[in-house]
Amino acid sequence: MAAIEQQGAASGRPGGSPGTSFGDRFSMRTRRLVWVWSFLALPILFYAIIRFYPTFQAFYLSFTNWDLLRPAKFIGFANYIKLFKDPQFWKVFKNTFTYLIVGTPISLVVAFTIAFFLDRVRFMHSFIRALYFLPFLTTAAAMAWVWRWFYQPPPIGIINDVFGMLGIPQQPFIRSTDQALFSIMVTAIWAGLGFQIIIFMAGLRAIPGTFYEAARIDGLGEWAILRKITLPLLKPTTVFLVVFSSIGFLRIFDQVYNMTTNDPGGPLGSTKPLVLMIYQTAFNSYAMGYAAAQTVVLFTILLIVSLLQLWILREKK
Amino acid sequence: MRKATLFAGLVAGFSTFAFNAAQAVEIEYWQYVFDTRVKAMDQLITEFQKANPGITVKQVTFPYADYQTRVIAANMAGNGPDVMQLFYGWLDKFVAGGLLAPLPKDAFPHAKIESDFFPIVKAMKRGDDYYGLPTAVRSLALFYNKKLFTEAGLDPNSPPKTLDEYVAAAQKIAKRDASGNLLVEGSTLDMGGQDHQWWREVLIRQFGGVPYTDNDQKVAYNSEAGVKALKFYTSLQLEKKIGAAGFMDEGQAAFRGGKAGMTIDGTFRLGAFKSIKDFEWGVTELPANAQGVRSNYASYFANGISAKAKGEELEASKKFLAYITSPAAMDIWLKTVGELPALRSAALTEANLKDPIYAPFLKGLEYAHTTLFMDEQAQRQNAIDMTNRVLLQGQSVEDSIKQAAAAEQEIIDAAKP
Repeated sequence: MAAIEQQGAASGRPGGSPGTSFGDRFSMRTRRLVWVWSFLALPILFYAIIRFYPTFQAFYLSFTNWDLLRPAKFIGFANYIKLFKDPQFWKVFKNTFTYLIVGTPISLVVAFTIAFFLDRVRFMHSFIRALYFLPFLTTAAAMAWVWRWFYQPPPIGIINDVFGMLGIPQQPFIRSTDQALFSIMVTAIWAGLGFQIIIFMAGLRAIPGTFYEAARIDGLGEWAILRKITLPLLKPTTVFLVVFSSIGFLRIFDQVYNMTTNDPGGPLGSTKPLVLMIYQTAFNSYAMGYAAAQTVVLFTILLIVSLLQLWILREKK
Repeated sequence: MRKATLFAGLVAGFSTFAFNAAQAVEIEYWQYVFDTRVKAMDQLITEFQKANPGITVKQVTFPYADYQTRVIAANMAGNGPDVMQLFYGWLDKFVAGGLLAPLPKDAFPHAKIESDFFPIVKAMKRGDDYYGLPTAVRSLALFYNKKLFTEAGLDPNSPPKTLDEYVAAAQKIAKRDASGNLLVEGSTLDMGGQDHQWWREVLIRQFGGVPYTDNDQKVAYNSEAGVKALKFYTSLQLEKKIGAAGFMDEGQAAFRGGKAGMTIDGTFRLGAFKSIKDFEWGVTELPANAQGVRSNYASYFANGISAKAKGEELEASKKFLAYITSPAAMDIWLKTVGELPALRSAALTEANLKDPIYAPFLKGLEYAHTTLFMDEQAQRQNAIDMTNRVLLQGQSVEDSIKQAAAAEQEIIDAAKP
């Protein structure tokens, strides 16, 4: 902010404009502030109306029994008490964190490994990169439907066909209460991989080549270079991707919804994430107050997880 | 003399014009987007406006997923429809929210409704009032693939009539490869499709029970009949092995793909199945039990008048509702959408009863039941979960029924206005 003001001052008109009442009454600095704020007011106002007001409204609704039809009645913490007593909520809670805790590290390790090696490949580099990026551009609905067929039992499902040829027993995948969540997680990781690879590669490119040269002259092995130079210097990228991917997994919805449309949330709710529960509570059962309470819980989780990650991965000065 | 006639004509002309102008009223009709339904309604509106020059009807449509929310939100904002289409299962919510006006008894006398419409129209009655009338109704039937019947050595012209015959035919049709993988289902098993209705309103009754009591407010299937019905249903996959839940993802997809001998589905599927080119298919009534007991599940979208329609708009709405629930309108609807007329006289015509496709559905309507869902989606999910616990987790049928009954009672109680 200070830098911008100084810059503004440097390029400002010398002497101001004597004669106008506005200029007379206010100093240069005040006038500039008025200008800055009048421009800033627009996005702030927009955000206040589009973002903050509904957010606070949701907080309020979570304390009511609003069902769209009748006026909302304040019922205190009843929604929250109901939520914490609801076994379905805890199941969904566990599912959501499984997506997060298993999905984020796996997707990051895979993305980094691919990016690391792809960075060294010259042959058809952009073509391979485009191939990895392609799933990210595809709509989740289309992708999910293709995967649904992949996961079918044989002879329809390709994966089970291959298993059959290799002599591996058939797997039920999304028809199983144990495997369904991971089957969906694989598709989510696959879909997000392209984006993460691109970001990792940008991060890798940003590391000055001189560091590597120096390390090689000093006789460091590849492993040591990776540990001492690449990973530490890649930290900002990693932090960004960890936070980004975590939020993505905490909010996972389209993959799950589209892959299990006829039994939303998988057999016996085995793949149901929090967002799907919120959606069903709000738009199938029309229990808006209850859904708002779930949203507040999700919001709190997102906030805590993001802050925690930023704190853990913070720059140690 | 000629002048006088001319003058009289002019006066008459002006006065009708003035009369019409005074009467000119626009009402809004809302329904969800479904190509053939919108087209049929456009046609009905044109016909109606021809007969009632003073009234214009504006059709407004929304995607199905948004429809309920839109109606409710518009009502809060005070600019909803005059006449609206609603699923019978939404009635409690719409009545509790004050969206619908009771049908005026002068224009829609109860005795006439009850004698002319199929009995399932009772689902639109709350207390002493009816809140809507359907144009068309839907029921279930057994679709069967004639090609697979012939291949399995069955007569494609005599589909199964009883549950035992149904199981026997399905067992003959089902095909597996050397390692036991299902290639062709005898019959589809898809609780997420129409099977939960089949279990709830048909099988339980055929095994001697009732799914609910107290106007469907009290779960009653935690009984011997309920257990037997679920045992029968789950044994189709576990013991008789005529199919598998999740095969080809959805029952209707398996049938369409020619990979299932039979499937239970509704009238609304006719449109999708009509485009099948690879094989011939037929329709028959849902199988009866050994004692000949039959049942069916029927559902419908009804048309109701908004509580906000007053004065001229109310009069116009009454006229419009009367027209779209008339035999003439039902005929247009049947031809365009393929749904069965809700009036007995319009449905049970000789032509319809001879029609090999419509006849089984129409017969089903005579003994059909209509579940008064409180939260359709949650109650359906509950039935899916109940079956999955048996199929996937090996829970005993008795325990699963008990758990499902308790959970569904909770859903019903929670949804009570």
